[in-house]
Amino acid sequence: MSDLKITGLHKYYGSFHAVKGIDLEVPSGEFTVLVGPSGCGKSTLLRTIAGLEEASEGTVEIGNKDVTWARPRDRDIAMVFQNYALYPYMDVFENIAFGLRARKFATAEIDKRVNNAAEMLGIGPLLKRLPRELSGGQRQRVAIGRAIVRDARLFLFDEPLSNLDAQLRDDMRVEIKRLHQDLGRTMIYVTHDQIEAMTLADRIVLLRDGRIEQLGSPLDLFERPANLFVASFLGSPKMNFIPATLDGNTAVLSDGNKLALVGKRQGKAKQPVILGIRPQHVALSGKTAAIGHAQVKVTVELVQPTGSRVQVAFPLGGKSVVAELESRDVSKPGEKISIDIDMARAIVIDPQTEKVI
Amino acid sequence: MKSLPFHRRKDVRLAFRYLIACLLVVIFVFPVYWLFIISFKTPDEIFAFPPVWYPKSIQFSNYFVLFKDGDAKTVLNSLILASVSTFFAMILGTMAAYSLVRFKTGGENLAVWIISQRMMPPVAIVFPVFLLYVFFGWVDTFFGLILLYTAFNLPYVIWMMRGYIEDIPLELEESALVDGCSRWEVLWKVVMPMARSGLFATAVFTFVFAWNEFLFALVLTRTEVTTYTVQVTHYFGGQSNFWAKIAAMSVLGTIPVFIAVATMQRYLVRGISMGAVKG
Repeated sequence: MSDLKITGLHKYYGSFHAVKGIDLEVPSGEFTVLVGPSGCGKSTLLRTIAGLEEASEGTVEIGNKDVTWARPRDRDIAMVFQNYALYPYMDVFENIAFGLRARKFATAEIDKRVNNAAEMLGIGPLLKRLPRELSGGQRQRVAIGRAIVRDARLFLFDEPLSNLDAQLRDDMRVEIKRLHQDLGRTMIYVTHDQIEAMTLADRIVLLRDGRIEQLGSPLDLFERPANLFVASFLGSPKMNFIPATLDGNTAVLSDGNKLALVGKRQGKAKQPVILGIRPQHVALSGKTAAIGHAQVKVTVELVQPTGSRVQVAFPLGGKSVVAELESRDVSKPGEKISIDIDMARAIVIDPQTEKVI
Repeated sequence: MKSLPFHRRKDVRLAFRYLIACLLVVIFVFPVYWLFIISFKTPDEIFAFPPVWYPKSIQFSNYFVLFKDGDAKTVLNSLILASVSTFFAMILGTMAAYSLVRFKTGGENLAVWIISQRMMPPVAIVFPVFLLYVFFGWVDTFFGLILLYTAFNLPYVIWMMRGYIEDIPLELEESALVDGCSRWEVLWKVVMPMARSGLFATAVFTFVFAWNEFLFALVLTRTEVTTYTVQVTHYFGGQSNFWAKIAAMSVLGTIPVFIAVATMQRYLVRGISMGAVKG
């Protein structure tokens, strides 16, 4: 059963076309992340699901009920906002209880639910405090608490972590993931942060320019991107893109290096292509079995240690290519090294259509 | 150790500053004191020369007369007019302001048009309003003046509340909508509490305006709803002025405003500065 079904959704703001025909079905219990660069329409999509924006075209169904024209409160949803949206004049308890009171729950039930939620989020001792007396992380917990007490069918998160500092963001990410596992509820989460998307999602919906670019599990998108945009958006450090020419089953780079492709690529002979190689799919020669690997000699240009790994930049095929190697593989710029590129995981992109071949 | 010259010593400068402050306070407070003290004087003391700086005995006969003749009732009239018209202006104005901010009612121009109504000199419309009121039989009624004061205060309330409501984060309202509130409930449970300081500050100014209003009260009242501002002018006679009554009435008329401002002071300061320093 699906908890959310969106069909042919369009959203216009005057002449601006923000959402351009989205079809999406979210199965019950799934954690779906809407991700994309700013202005891609992900927040608009979420707000349309919530009923805070009206759909210009198309339908939204929640729990097999058409709610396209329903008010937000009649949609059986709970939402967590970016800026917490806590009422400054109410204490934590009242903030969490707000939605229950609005829906006329009995006092005993409210007490029970608020205390449960507070316990779950570890904010039990803070119930009598005012929002201004809380830290950012605590506020975000209260905001999440306000959503989970509602026990709604659909939980919506609109960039809930983007106001927190990096350390806290990591902690809260874990918390949200655990919450989803414990509650087993359908959650839709908007973020522009690809790491958040990768770590949290059961399924990622990658948006650009009001359209879905690709949708699938994080690993799907990471390993089998459909096009140049998806390939470049996910992964850190970013995927390397090197212009090349196809020669049979070999990609010839502009500096003469030849990289043998693995598997069948349907490209015309002498066709110009873009070769996509993830920094993680490059290793120092000799450390891994070289089957399906292309060996290249390069001169190190830049070394950025990250502790466990080291990011190394070197010129290859007219581009500065980044590889993530073992931390002691390279020590300083100017070093000449031989690298193995895992060509089975490399992608070939048609520069005309930007689609993966 | 060489000590500082006298005029540069810290304590001396401070003392000098206090001296000037005290002087200013005396200059500004003296008329109020004089009014206040006259209201407790006997007629002889009022006209005595050299002036009586403070009466030998405090006597309340000036006030007593006001209450006996029913003149004090005009303060009550003013109180009713100002309170009720403030109440309605605040309710209607806040709703209108909310509509302007959230639903962009009337676009950008309506708000400016509304505040422009406030800039019209009231005296310019006294005559048409008077004719209208005669026609409808509203002259010398509470309803008539309340309606007028409410209408007069609306632009100000709308304009002020619009600013305060604009400062409320939209997410708070959206969160309430998702949590199960209707628009009305959002207005009552989120917008009103969030704009509380602004509400009180605006209400005080609205109240004071209605309280001090003179022109329309003069033209549109006869005997039933005479306000205290109009009543005070009755004491200025062609031959002589009833100083005792003027003073006592003025004191009576100041008390409600004094109480309103004193109790709301906390919100007033916050409300005014809230509008002033925007995000």
